[in-house]
Amino acid sequence: MTSHANNMPLEYKTQQSQMNILGFWVFLGAEIVLFSTLFASYFVLEHNTAGGPTGQDIFILKDVLIETFLLLTSSFTCGLAIHSMRSHHKTGLMVWTIVTLLLGAGFLYMEINEFIHYVHEGASIQTSGFTAAFFTLLGTHGAHVTFGIFWISLLLIQLARRGITEKTASKFFIASLYWHFLDVVWIFIFTFVYLKGMVM
Amino acid sequence: MSLDEFFVTGDPLILASQIAIGLTMIGLIALITYLKRWKWLWNEWFTTVDHKKIGIMYIISGVLMFFRGGVDGLLMKAQTSRPELEFLDAQHYDEIFTTHGVIMILFMAMPLLIGLMNVVIPLQIGARDVAFPKLNALSFWLFFAGAMLFNVSFVIGGSPDAGWTSYFPLAGKEFTPGVGNNYYAIALQIAGIGTLATGINFVVTIIKMRAPGMTWMRLPIFVWSTFITSIIIVAAFPIFTVALAYMTLDRLFGTHFFTVANGGDPMLWLNLFWLWGHPEVYIVVLPAFGMFSEVIATFARKNLYGYKSMVYAVAGIAFLSMLVWVHHFYTMGNSAAVNSIFSLTTMMIAIPTGVKIFNWLFTLRKGRIEFSTAMLWSLAFIPCFTIGGVTGVMLAMAAADYQYHNTMFLVAHFHYVLIPGVVFAVFAGLYYWWPKMFGFKLNEKIGKWHFWLFVIGFNMTFMPMFFVGLDGMSRRMYTYSASTGWAGWLGFSAIGSIILAAGFAALCYNIYWSFRYASRDVGNDPWNGRTLEWATASPAPHYNFAKVPEVDRLDAYWYMKKEGNTGLKKSDLKPVHMPSNSWTPIFLAVVFGVVGFFLVFEWFTLAILASIGIVVGLVANSFDYDDGYHISVEELADEEREWRGDLQ
Ligand code: HEM
Ligand SMILES: [Cu+2]
Repeated sequence: MTSHANNMPLEYKTQQSQMNILGFWVFLGAEIVLFSTLFASYFVLEHNTAGGPTGQDIFILKDVLIETFLLLTSSFTCGLAIHSMRSHHKTGLMVWTIVTLLLGAGFLYMEINEFIHYVHEGASIQTSGFTAAFFTLLGTHGAHVTFGIFWISLLLIQLARRGITEKTASKFFIASLYWHFLDVVWIFIFTFVYLKGMVM
Repeated sequence: MSLDEFFVTGDPLILASQIAIGLTMIGLIALITYLKRWKWLWNEWFTTVDHKKIGIMYIISGVLMFFRGGVDGLLMKAQTSRPELEFLDAQHYDEIFTTHGVIMILFMAMPLLIGLMNVVIPLQIGARDVAFPKLNALSFWLFFAGAMLFNVSFVIGGSPDAGWTSYFPLAGKEFTPGVGNNYYAIALQIAGIGTLATGINFVVTIIKMRAPGMTWMRLPIFVWSTFITSIIIVAAFPIFTVALAYMTLDRLFGTHFFTVANGGDPMLWLNLFWLWGHPEVYIVVLPAFGMFSEVIATFARKNLYGYKSMVYAVAGIAFLSMLVWVHHFYTMGNSAAVNSIFSLTTMMIAIPTGVKIFNWLFTLRKGRIEFSTAMLWSLAFIPCFTIGGVTGVMLAMAAADYQYHNTMFLVAHFHYVLIPGVVFAVFAGLYYWWPKMFGFKLNEKIGKWHFWLFVIGFNMTFMPMFFVGLDGMSRRMYTYSASTGWAGWLGFSAIGSIILAAGFAALCYNIYWSFRYASRDVGNDPWNGRTLEWATASPAPHYNFAKVPEVDRLDAYWYMKKEGNTGLKKSDLKPVHMPSNSWTPIFLAVVFGVVGFFLVFEWFTLAILASIGIVVGLVANSFDYDDGYHISVEELADEEREWRGDLQ
């Protein structure tokens, strides 16, 4: 079932791909609600430190900035990957996607170290209402990044086997939406958890 | 953990159920093996992605869960039928109202409605299936896994007992140490993911798969209500996902989200729960409204009065449903200003709801009403539901709620909303769409028995609860002393519940009777319907429509019949693309169920090992490039000839 518009990008060619992409947007809507809930709960519990460390006590701005840099760059390279895909550049798509995943892995490495550091400082997930909300919000984001890395690795195998087809293109496009979304969430985390936590 | 901690022991009622469940399982497995039906089950049902079969599986599960939840209800009614009875003890009563509430709402109302949506929506919009058939199967199996996990709790480990609302700190580990509430957190999580996927699926299906010419204002009203319901699902279920995840973390990993000590906040649970919970009651009632609208228009032989205002009313209700959650805890420490605002938003819901009631009444006015069983349910719905609605406005007044809060008055109110609003609708829908699912009608005469017993029993059971509630009887009380003077009302109510149960039994008998004896010659359009599902054979063929119909106005099929163009030309047929069956949905759901079970008992190593199955399922799914298959024109023509006679 090919759609009539021939100037559509490859990933929108079939009715099923169009539905997959729309469905993913709706899913991202649900994800927005999910993260909004996590943020709202964080704001409720933020100051409930119960005598344990506060954000100000433990956050290290330098590490967070490096994480931010890694993740933002990965979003950019993810854009380059889709750009290559649009011009049917299989190698470009491959290479930029791999760079994206490596940056994502770098982000994860930093984040896990950060968490270990906090636990050493006496702020584990069980310490207080604040740490519970903090670790769950960040952990959910980090788990999404981890899932993304595995998922997109599978797509790379499919790309290597099949090349850029209507199907693989729509899969990569959807994965790119996911990746950019995680970047947006991170910007909110950076602003409302770290920066706000440092100054207030 | 020793075996007698694992199995619930020491209660003769439960022991009997354990034995009964064990024997039934063995019996079923033996029967299927004896009849050599395993392969058939696997190919035709377990791996199916056909929306009609998935819908039927939802409906069967929903009816079974109605039985379970209903038995819970009857046990409670028996316990309070006389003062100071010792039929159930307090703990047992707590467990029973908890499982009753959860099962009725999440495992009875939801699957029955989603089942009917599954069967009907693609047919009403002239589509071949839903947008994501495999995801649809996954939704069903996840719901089913969640429901089974929740149900085993009463024989293995112990039932949850902190109410269907599971308020903290009571529901926390400190006050409820057993595994019962772990079941609540984890089983509902699994089922909830399935429901969220259903929501996404129907949003996309309705946006993208409508028949040519079916613009938004030509959608059947049931499609509209399903569409808006699906949007509420997408907007509300993630909140519950988070709340349940916090609950799981608190109970299994010792965090402090909702605890009283260490900076937790029990009110956070209440807010999150009702931010999901109130929209949830509209998730169950809006599709029901849609079904009543279809049934009323069909059997009044008129088009639906005020179609557009119906659409706006549903949208308005959906919007307001997000803004009223605080009315569930007026008495729990809000400022007067907050209570006043939520009082107002709550009462505002009565406005669009009133619009709908009047639209139904005006549709009936001067109609040529046919009193079929489906129509009877719709007619009884209007006054009964109005009682629920009016008492709802009473409860909405924050100041007055200090008197009503947590009394039997509230329990009567929400049963008056949920039973006419949801259960009557499901019954109307079942009688109405039964021929489309199975190719025969349910018997109308037994249907009338079912109707009268159920409606009379329902009013007898729940009307007295208003009075004892106003007289101060609080909810969730397992017994009372004779000096309260409630024995008369509650005894009457208990008798009512037996009549109610007899009504349900009549439904079951009706299904059995009709399967065996009802005429198989019902034609494609037994009720003289108005919408597209009646344009194809009964039962609907697996490809739904040989040729997708074109729509040029509301109630398109009604006018097609009038203008005599319901025929089919063979030259119009093209091969039809169909999706293939898939084993991944049921496989994934089984693994989810197993992982969930291990988590309930906090057996983390086993849970991690079992999770490998989830990875396997997801990888298999990602590498699945199956494109489905095509049905040839010849096959289509043959199947269509069977019910149409000759093609043009
Ligand atoms: C079949 C007939 C039914 C009977 C006899 C029945 C009876 C009862 C009784 C006796 C209670 C407990 C009252 C108390 O002591 O607090 C109760 C609670 C409840 N019922 Fe029903 N009910 C029925 C159907 C339904 C249906 C169809 C629904 C929903 C769709 C429903 C939802 C609930 C809920 C949510 C609760 C509150 C549970 C809690 O307190 O946590 N019931 N019901
Ligand atoms: Cu409410």
